[in-house]
Amino acid sequence: MYQGVNASDGIGIGTARVAVDPDLTFVPKTPKDPEAEKQRFKEALDRFSEKTYAQAERMKTSVGEKEAEIMSGHVTMATDPFMLDEINNRITDGRCAEQAVNEVCDMFYDMFDASEEQLIRERCADIQDIRTGELCELLGKEVIDLSSLPPNSIVVVHDLTPSMTATIDKENVAGVITEVGGRTSHSAIIARALEIPAVLSMPDACTIIKNGDVCIVDGTKGEVEVGPSQDELEAAKAEAHKAAAAKAALEAFRGKETVTADGDKKLLVANIGNPDDANGAIEHDAEGIGLFRSEFLFMDAKELPSEDDQFGAYQKVALRMKNQPVIIRTLDVGGDKEIPYMNLQKEDNPFMGYRAIRYCLDNPDQYKVQIRALLRASAFGDIKIMLPLVTSLDEVRRAKGLIEACKSELDKEGIDYNKDIEVGTMIETPAASLIADNLAAECDFFSIGTNDLIGYTMCADRGNDRVRYLYSVYNPAVLRSIKRVIECGNEKGIMVGMCGEAAADPLFIPLLISFGLGEFSVSAPAILRTRSIISKWTKAEADELAEKALSLKTTAEVKALLESAAK
Amino acid sequence: MVSQKVTLTNGQGLHMRPAGTFASAMGKFASDVTVVANGKDVNGKSPMALMAAGIPCGTEIEVKCDGSDEKDALKTAIDLIESGLGE
Repeated sequence: MYQGVNASDGIGIGTARVAVDPDLTFVPKTPKDPEAEKQRFKEALDRFSEKTYAQAERMKTSVGEKEAEIMSGHVTMATDPFMLDEINNRITDGRCAEQAVNEVCDMFYDMFDASEEQLIRERCADIQDIRTGELCELLGKEVIDLSSLPPNSIVVVHDLTPSMTATIDKENVAGVITEVGGRTSHSAIIARALEIPAVLSMPDACTIIKNGDVCIVDGTKGEVEVGPSQDELEAAKAEAHKAAAAKAALEAFRGKETVTADGDKKLLVANIGNPDDANGAIEHDAEGIGLFRSEFLFMDAKELPSEDDQFGAYQKVALRMKNQPVIIRTLDVGGDKEIPYMNLQKEDNPFMGYRAIRYCLDNPDQYKVQIRALLRASAFGDIKIMLPLVTSLDEVRRAKGLIEACKSELDKEGIDYNKDIEVGTMIETPAASLIADNLAAECDFFSIGTNDLIGYTMCADRGNDRVRYLYSVYNPAVLRSIKRVIECGNEKGIMVGMCGEAAADPLFIPLLISFGLGEFSVSAPAILRTRSIISKWTKAEADELAEKALSLKTTAEVKALLESAAK
Repeated sequence: MVSQKVTLTNGQGLHMRPAGTFASAMGKFASDVTVVANGKDVNGKSPMALMAAGIPCGTEIEVKCDGSDEKDALKTAIDLIESGLGE
């Protein structure tokens, strides 16, 4: 079994077609007539542009508008005045067209590759495409043809370039394996758009896998099996079949309300890490954002992001989600999230140290920049502010004090914001759970962060193999804690949500329905599945199960019960 | 030669699409167009050069236009940037 990057979900089973690049080697020579050589290059470029536009046109219907745009972008790049000047100057200096193209592509490749921006580095794939395309034209060679593949082909390539995907015969491609590329590369974007399972960055895939090898591509896990046993093959087939059927069945829940079997309405929202993730949330039919982690703004920067930078990011999400709720968690720095320019000291026990709300309240001038940005963005949508790692009511009061101070500043400056903006707390510490009644009296909402709540309650790091067995949402102590928080919130009439992984756990959902959870915040791809699970339970059935679960004394017993009751 | 300073406000900065939009609009003018960002001169008619410069959102840039239609070119450039480069 080989491991790569899981880039496009699903299981593909088929026969490998290893696409080896055409031989584009050439012998550099000095052209006799540089002007004629420039003309030869111009003709090659014209043919390249013409073919590329035709491919882009085909891609519009076969792949999608966005991908077609990437393709036609190649012509924009190849006919760039700067690039043409560089090539023509080299020909004038006595290089042949092939060498000039090669050198200039190297130059751009290095320039893009050196960029700090992932998006720009990924343009290197386009440069390689242009190089291959132009050299093919100059040398009279053809690019790999993926347009006539036998059924159930697994395409194995060094890199799946946009030009290859233009001609790809998607009906016959069961999976894609590449040697390079990450989750945001062209290959990944295109594989997902075509809904073809893909594993990227499998080292030496083109050497290890031979034409005709039977392969299993598990794009969900990022695993590749070459030459599987009969048993493995049967198991993969069964799983692929099941996954396809389950996925098709979930589509029935798209565009529907999230309701229990007895008609109780729930809010089903998504967890996101940056403004662009909002697109995924919309695509998967989320009803809002239940957790927008603001750390990305700070971690991707070299210095503290300004109020305007932050405002831009928050406003973008607010606008994109229209009037749906968007809960933004204020900076959760420290613990495992290190931000170099903040110069936080190394601590012996960072998870119990100077982090999140503790750091922010200790640096009010810095915190106010984020609060002002959040308030300003609240004029553009239903933004709510969430405080992380709360352990005492003082912290909530101090944070709310800062929020009020920022509101007065904005009032004076005549800047618009939502005067009734909701402020809630993340419940992720045992202390917050134990004082949930007091917190509920002074908060507008709760969101239970099960990942940390389980860790802190059980004193167990799930990354530590030797204590991971303790880390379970099914542990009776964790169950009681969650139940208490939801009840305290409901008593005071505030919304209680959950943004940890447990909110999407099919076994756990009935207990959450019984306890009275109002909002489920899950990763975008889990939205439809969570809606389907919620629709299967009535309150009465969930209550019966919860009563039994709460009477049990061990994690194993609870888990066994929930498994036996799963729908 | 005319020039003006302006701050990039579109979310992505000068990435592929915005760089292409800007360069192709500038290509319609006879004047030379230069974008100065972080002390470096970049050919404003070249999407590749603009992209390679990797100018992020929030950067203050200076647009210089030099030629027969420099005033129109500069106005078009500034309007385009201020309107978010078609994003």
